[in-house]
Amino acid sequence: MISAKTGLTKYDNKLVMAHMYVAFISLFIGGLMGLLQTLVRSGTLTLPFGIGYYQILTIHGVLLALVLTTFFIIGFQFALMNKTVGMTDKQRESAWFGYWIMLFGTTTTAITILLGKANVLYTFYAPLKAFPTFYIGLALVVIGSWIACFTNFRQLYVWKKKHKGEKSPLLAFMVVINMLLWFIATLGVAATVLLQFIPWSLGMVDTINVLLSRTLFWYFGHPLVYFWLLPAYMAWYAIIPKIIGGKIFSDSLARLAFILFLMFSIPVGFHHQLTEPGIDPMWKFIQVVLTFMVIIPSLLTAFSMFATFEVTGRKKGYTGLFGWLKGLPWKDVRFFAPMIGMLFFIPAGTGGIINASNQMNQVIHNTIWVTGHFHLTVGSTVILTFFGISYWLIPALTGRKLTAKINTLGIIQTIVWTVGMTIMSGSMHIAGLLGAPRRSSYSTYGGTEQASEWISYQIAQAVGGSILFIGIILMVYIFINMVWFAPKGVEEFPLAEVSEHAEPTPMFLENWKLWIGITIALILFAYTIPVIDIIQHAPPGSPPFDTLIQ
Amino acid sequence: MHLHKYEKIWLIFGVASLILFLTVLGIGAFYKGMQPPSHLATIDPQNVEAHEAFRDENLGLRQVGEDKYIVSVIASAFNYDFGLDEEGSAVKNIRIPEGSTVLFQVTTTDVVHGFHLAGTNVNMMVEPGHISSLETVLKTAGTYTLVCNEYCGTGHHYMAATVEVYKP
Repeated sequence: MISAKTGLTKYDNKLVMAHMYVAFISLFIGGLMGLLQTLVRSGTLTLPFGIGYYQILTIHGVLLALVLTTFFIIGFQFALMNKTVGMTDKQRESAWFGYWIMLFGTTTTAITILLGKANVLYTFYAPLKAFPTFYIGLALVVIGSWIACFTNFRQLYVWKKKHKGEKSPLLAFMVVINMLLWFIATLGVAATVLLQFIPWSLGMVDTINVLLSRTLFWYFGHPLVYFWLLPAYMAWYAIIPKIIGGKIFSDSLARLAFILFLMFSIPVGFHHQLTEPGIDPMWKFIQVVLTFMVIIPSLLTAFSMFATFEVTGRKKGYTGLFGWLKGLPWKDVRFFAPMIGMLFFIPAGTGGIINASNQMNQVIHNTIWVTGHFHLTVGSTVILTFFGISYWLIPALTGRKLTAKINTLGIIQTIVWTVGMTIMSGSMHIAGLLGAPRRSSYSTYGGTEQASEWISYQIAQAVGGSILFIGIILMVYIFINMVWFAPKGVEEFPLAEVSEHAEPTPMFLENWKLWIGITIALILFAYTIPVIDIIQHAPPGSPPFDTLIQ
Repeated sequence: MHLHKYEKIWLIFGVASLILFLTVLGIGAFYKGMQPPSHLATIDPQNVEAHEAFRDENLGLRQVGEDKYIVSVIASAFNYDFGLDEEGSAVKNIRIPEGSTVLFQVTTTDVVHGFHLAGTNVNMMVEPGHISSLETVLKTAGTYTLVCNEYCGTGHHYMAATVEVYKP
């Protein structure tokens, strides 16, 4: 039976919730590992039972950056697709099939890490070698996510066949763009894991081409961050306007921004490899230029969001240069949490431009500044928006209501998060500028003066990290309440409509062949020659090193 | 497709600053020659001593001109090898006069390492099979910590040395 208010069947609810349970369990365990790291690095805690710092660091990265994000996003996107274009029983079966493969892969990788056989961090750079089941589990997560991709593609395809000549619903269009981005990007990591890491870790081949494996990893690693960000943008563009009582500023600009993200988030991986030997600096610079292109859709988004806010505020009768800000529902956590997330994106995006700035990267590369940067992007902008989505999505799926009490608690959660993250990320940024490295356990580096300077910032990180962990406990409590304890009722699934003043959406925006074609052409342009170079001028390969991580 | 007038202004401003940023980076890279470290030479990681720069006698600090020095280092988990001093013990601190031009060349015999002279722009990845190299002028006196900033195993945070830049 389809619920009249949410537009989802109980089977849809079950499918999406299955993803959410994995996401929130990962949030709790991954967050706990983060707290432990900051305590170890402050010099105040030694881990018991022979647990290693790099083991909890690996768990933190894998659970939060890979598992939490992927499960939340795929679950959320199924909710959006099922709501806007519907899901057949057959498609639901394939969605569940993908889910179980991802879960099986996650479990396989998690067990390998817990046994201490994979302290290679979530970037698993060769030639450090984890036990083969670490890579096999990750490959299964990717393969499971591809099944979700093709299920989403099929959902829109079936809808389009029934609605000839109509433009696809905005959110379905956005989901398909994000899944296209994910599919094209994961081809790189699948190639390195299936063709390089698995045979090498099983001993079927003796050596690995390190630079090639890193290049394939970063071909995937940067679009990965846009795969996290775009679902947040979906909520900003097409859901938040409804929550604040407004309309979508422009359907066509929203679609254009997503197309630009698809084109310019992939051929840019070298900006993660700027300080590496063996890559011609000309190609690094070309990819830096391509990287900067994503600033355009980011600016488009910023404009659209604030235009929506202003138009809505003025419609409610608030005037003055900034008076319309009062017209926004600051006491509604469904708006407040993502709004704070958006504000975090201003320093986060600025930091990102610095990181990608070719030779300027040398100042901050692999310092804890970088860690501070992505705790602002994925750890604040994205996650606060995901929390903002959860406040209505979870009760809508479980047939309960977001109570006033939980709404207030959510606002407190957002404030706690903001305070904790400002302290933690702020001190990471400063310590990074002073040279403190990322991904390193507590060390006095032989007692140098510089290293002693870093330690006070590491204590500040532990303070921020502890506050953030309180935020995680609050969020898990809110989640449990919305799943099992909140009063029964119907929570609205907010879908915004396009403003009557917006221009009609031109059909060329849905010319998939054109956009995919340009995306592939850009990738081939940015990568063909350097990759051929990397293969042709490869030094002798590297044997596996697995004793260094024990 | 229609763009709002303010949006046009906003985008023109955005794209113009983007072009400005890229021009600055481009001038720095191609006119002033400040490229990120991208040395293309390769080496056999199992046999780095075969390369002239990494023979025992060439490791550590070498003066090659009046204000010119070369520092050759072999990185391996969890150590930077600067060669031996006169007493036969491993060098952990090198001293360079302020204002010298120094060429750092580094390679690794095992996994990927980092090479960051904290507080300076001497920051590069060190990868098996490749030689990383970077030339710089050390302009400010002080003691700098050399840290491995790429995870290389359980002892990664112990991998360090110091570089002392002194007033001559």
